[in-house]
Amino acid sequence: MTDRFTRRQLAVISRVCWTLALCVVAVPFIFPFLWMISSGLKSAAEIFGAPSLIPRRWQWYNYVEVFTYQPFARQYFNSLYISLSVTVLTLLFASLAGYALARMRFAGAALVGLFLVSALMVPEEVTIIPNFFLMKWLGLIDTHLPLILLPVFGPHGIVATFLMRQYFMALPKELEEAGRMDGLSRLGVWWQVALPLSKPALAAVAIITFLHSWNLFLEPLIFVSSLEKFTLPLALTNFTDPYGVPLWHLQLAATSLAVVPILIVYLIAQRQIIESFALSGVKG
Amino acid sequence: MAEQATNPIARDKSTPWLSLKMREAMEAWLFLGPTLAGFLIFFAGPLVAVVGYSLTEWNLLSQQSTYVGLKNYAHALGNNPDFWHVARNSAIFALGLVPANMALALALALALSRPFPGVIFFRTVFFAPVVTSAAAWAIVWKFLLQGEAGFVNQMLAYVGIDGPNWLREPDWAMVAVILTRVIKMVGLNMILYIAALQAIPRDYEAAARLEGANSWQIFTGITWPLLGPTTLVIMVITTIGSFKVFDHIYLMTAGGPENGTLVLAFYIYEQGFKFFDIGYASALAMIMFVIVMALTLVQLALRRRDT
Repeated sequence: MTDRFTRRQLAVISRVCWTLALCVVAVPFIFPFLWMISSGLKSAAEIFGAPSLIPRRWQWYNYVEVFTYQPFARQYFNSLYISLSVTVLTLLFASLAGYALARMRFAGAALVGLFLVSALMVPEEVTIIPNFFLMKWLGLIDTHLPLILLPVFGPHGIVATFLMRQYFMALPKELEEAGRMDGLSRLGVWWQVALPLSKPALAAVAIITFLHSWNLFLEPLIFVSSLEKFTLPLALTNFTDPYGVPLWHLQLAATSLAVVPILIVYLIAQRQIIESFALSGVKG
Repeated sequence: MAEQATNPIARDKSTPWLSLKMREAMEAWLFLGPTLAGFLIFFAGPLVAVVGYSLTEWNLLSQQSTYVGLKNYAHALGNNPDFWHVARNSAIFALGLVPANMALALALALALSRPFPGVIFFRTVFFAPVVTSAAAWAIVWKFLLQGEAGFVNQMLAYVGIDGPNWLREPDWAMVAVILTRVIKMVGLNMILYIAALQAIPRDYEAAARLEGANSWQIFTGITWPLLGPTTLVIMVITTIGSFKVFDHIYLMTAGGPENGTLVLAFYIYEQGFKFFDIGYASALAMIMFVIVMALTLVQLALRRRDT
């Protein structure tokens, strides 16, 4: 081998082979997205014809029908405003509680920390039955409040609290002390000194929280029953004929509408998004 | 401020009736207030309640709730073929998913931990399914894995393989939900492995190369042992995740065919929200809680040993 190729050539050949192998492995990761978009632009008849990535006839009308088949615009808006509410509330409460745990001294701090950590051991599925009766008692069934309250105060909110606490603990104390000297209240220091210094942590919490809420499935399935209150993941499953058989062309067009904007944001901010997940390291 | 903090009788002008220490404690509880209140109402309370429910026979249809002790647990753990079928499915799902996910994650991380042209592209691609909703992922794969007309089988037919009706045969359905779940989630573990690999000093490898070690020896002798703590943590969180899987199963197979993919999280949902057998479903939820808690304690112990 070394007679015919120099070391440098060998390195290039091995690099090319590796890259080709990675391309092959990448197929089941990329192809579902491409096929989803392509099939969402085919007619119901073409969708099970001979496979072709480029539709023979571009059925843009699917994207109109998606909105007339069920109140999809309303459902899209529901997902958007619920996810944004969950994100804002989680940022607020997690950074307040995280700050207290990181910086303030009070009797029982260790106990509170331990108490909250215990939440990380309990999947949502375990408490969902009592929470259903609690929400029923509060008259919140078939409203969006359970979909906001449970992620904010459930295990996910606690993860966010601990992420914020970790970050606050690593900040230099001097700036906050200087803020106190300048006459800021505790709340003022949190808002004007600590939070502006914590933008990376806030961004990470915002990213994982938004996606967590946007992708939530079990809670909407259990708490919401009327069509115009559905969130996206639930709405996507609902493009079926009266016998429950999926209307694939509509379902895949709708799924594209739900997925593609997230993917575009992901492509723009992939570094930040991947780092946020690495930081939380507890999901999945 | 430091001076004030050490003086126990120092007082803030706005609250002269409180010592600074008490004031700080009061403020801390106010900061923690919303989180703690939410924790008690939507988490601690329900957790206590589910223990209580699990000790009753409570059928929503009859609207009656009677204390039955451990009967629900006995019903599950005793000679109940349904429960043991579910337990077996959950075990198969975990035993299939965890090693496949971890092996692929490690392989991808090894290939992508050092910069080369295109490394960002590949990392982005392998992580993309992680940010995609499980619902969308399941819908698209269900479409790809249709029987005759499905894309996967059409491609297999091109190379002369007669593909199975993936989601309609119990064993193949299990294979399908495991594989598609691995592709969905492997990016997360890949990222954790990449971070761990990048934390290994390059000098170790350089020194070993000078000693004449080949790549495989470096991997088994240096890289793999140094990845040990990361591997253990990834193993535990991936196993926990595999016991919690719900939406993926619900949308791809709904536990079928012939209950071939009926796993614990789905069984709880089915018993509680389809058959309204609240007592039994709560006992199942407690069993899940014990499994996940045990795994989490293992993880915390490993992290502590690690740091």
